[in-house]
Amino acid sequence: MAQKLKDTILNPILKGNPITVLVLGICSSLAVTVQLKGALVMALSVIAVTGLSSFVCSLLRNTIPNRVRIIVQLVVVAMMVILVDQILKAGEGTYAIDKQLSVYIGLIITNCIVMGRIEAFALGNKPIPSLLDGLANGAGYGLILVIVAFLRELLGSGTLFGFQVLPASYVPNNLVILPPFALILLGCIIWAHRAYDKSLQEK
Amino acid sequence: MEYISLFVKSIFVDNMIFAYFLGMCSYLAVSKNVKTANGLGLAVIFVLLCTLPINYLLNKFVLQAGALRWLGESFADVDLSFLSFILFIAVIAAFVQLVEMIVEKYLPSLYASLGIFLPLIAVNCAILGASLFMQQKEFASVGEAEVYALGSGIGWYLAIVALAAIREKLSYSNIPAPLKGTGIAFITVGLMGMAFMIFMGIQL
Repeated sequence: MAQKLKDTILNPILKGNPITVLVLGICSSLAVTVQLKGALVMALSVIAVTGLSSFVCSLLRNTIPNRVRIIVQLVVVAMMVILVDQILKAGEGTYAIDKQLSVYIGLIITNCIVMGRIEAFALGNKPIPSLLDGLANGAGYGLILVIVAFLRELLGSGTLFGFQVLPASYVPNNLVILPPFALILLGCIIWAHRAYDKSLQEK
Repeated sequence: MEYISLFVKSIFVDNMIFAYFLGMCSYLAVSKNVKTANGLGLAVIFVLLCTLPINYLLNKFVLQAGALRWLGESFADVDLSFLSFILFIAVIAAFVQLVEMIVEKYLPSLYASLGIFLPLIAVNCAILGASLFMQQKEFASVGEAEVYALGSGIGWYLAIVALAAIREKLSYSNIPAPLKGTGIAFITVGLMGMAFMIFMGIQL
């Protein structure tokens, strides 16, 4: 039992990472990674939403009719996202970040990770493992988000969390801030991950 | 004239994939060959065309601050905009499920070629994203919203068919083993995005 629980938590972070292995939830992971601060807020929001909606859907799993389950799931997820959005809007320091993330907070609803975990795990498991599974998948997503944002902010503006880190003589590389570079960076992260773990390579 | 510039702008300058990364999951998953990419692209255009006007009217007459004025003066300062996520996604999911049932019943051949993609579309960020951008851009009429829907749908369609064609070719090239499949697809999309950036400076 303990071994299974450990697998539930560790697997999504490394071997079955939602972004690099399952290729889910790419949309938001690229758009919000220009700055580390926004990426961190986004990561925490996604962790909260995946965990809570997996938990709620797992509680409801025996009462949802199969035919309309997608609508029910989307409504549960949308409710969680509205909660997160309202909390971010209410916070003193987080309001500006919420503005900066604009539609991407709303788009957590259609983040495939959330729906994917509900479909694949929460509908067939008890609430507590589902909660852990959701949190762990959110964390696997957040990890990649933070890595990409760290590299982009460091190379693109020479700062981290808005503080100057590289010497002032560093000329910021504007290419890194542009959207397409996020894709190339993510491609390289996948490359590194699969070179390290050969079992993930595609034929 | 305004409609034409909005149309061209939403296809190239504000391309859903290359400028906003919307609908990326199904974009990468279903772009392995041109035929299926074609089916999914057409389905996205269709769903966008149908759901965006509904959401536009919903936003204008129910959700916006003061939108409920038509019910009487006492509703003039009701602001329901915090409900927009849940209503938009409910409209989209309900519509997709409805279309799926109708197509399954009356057009079985279309269902066979399109069927698997329809449920996928409910969670395609490009659809919800278009509705949220529509809310942000504050279009003046349903017509404008419809043109925006058509433009962004076609932009998405072009992007997925182009990537599928490139990936079909790529399967014959010699790529380092860890980079095969997903990795090289990401880098290809990145390069395509750079190519699309030439449209960014264009004023319409």
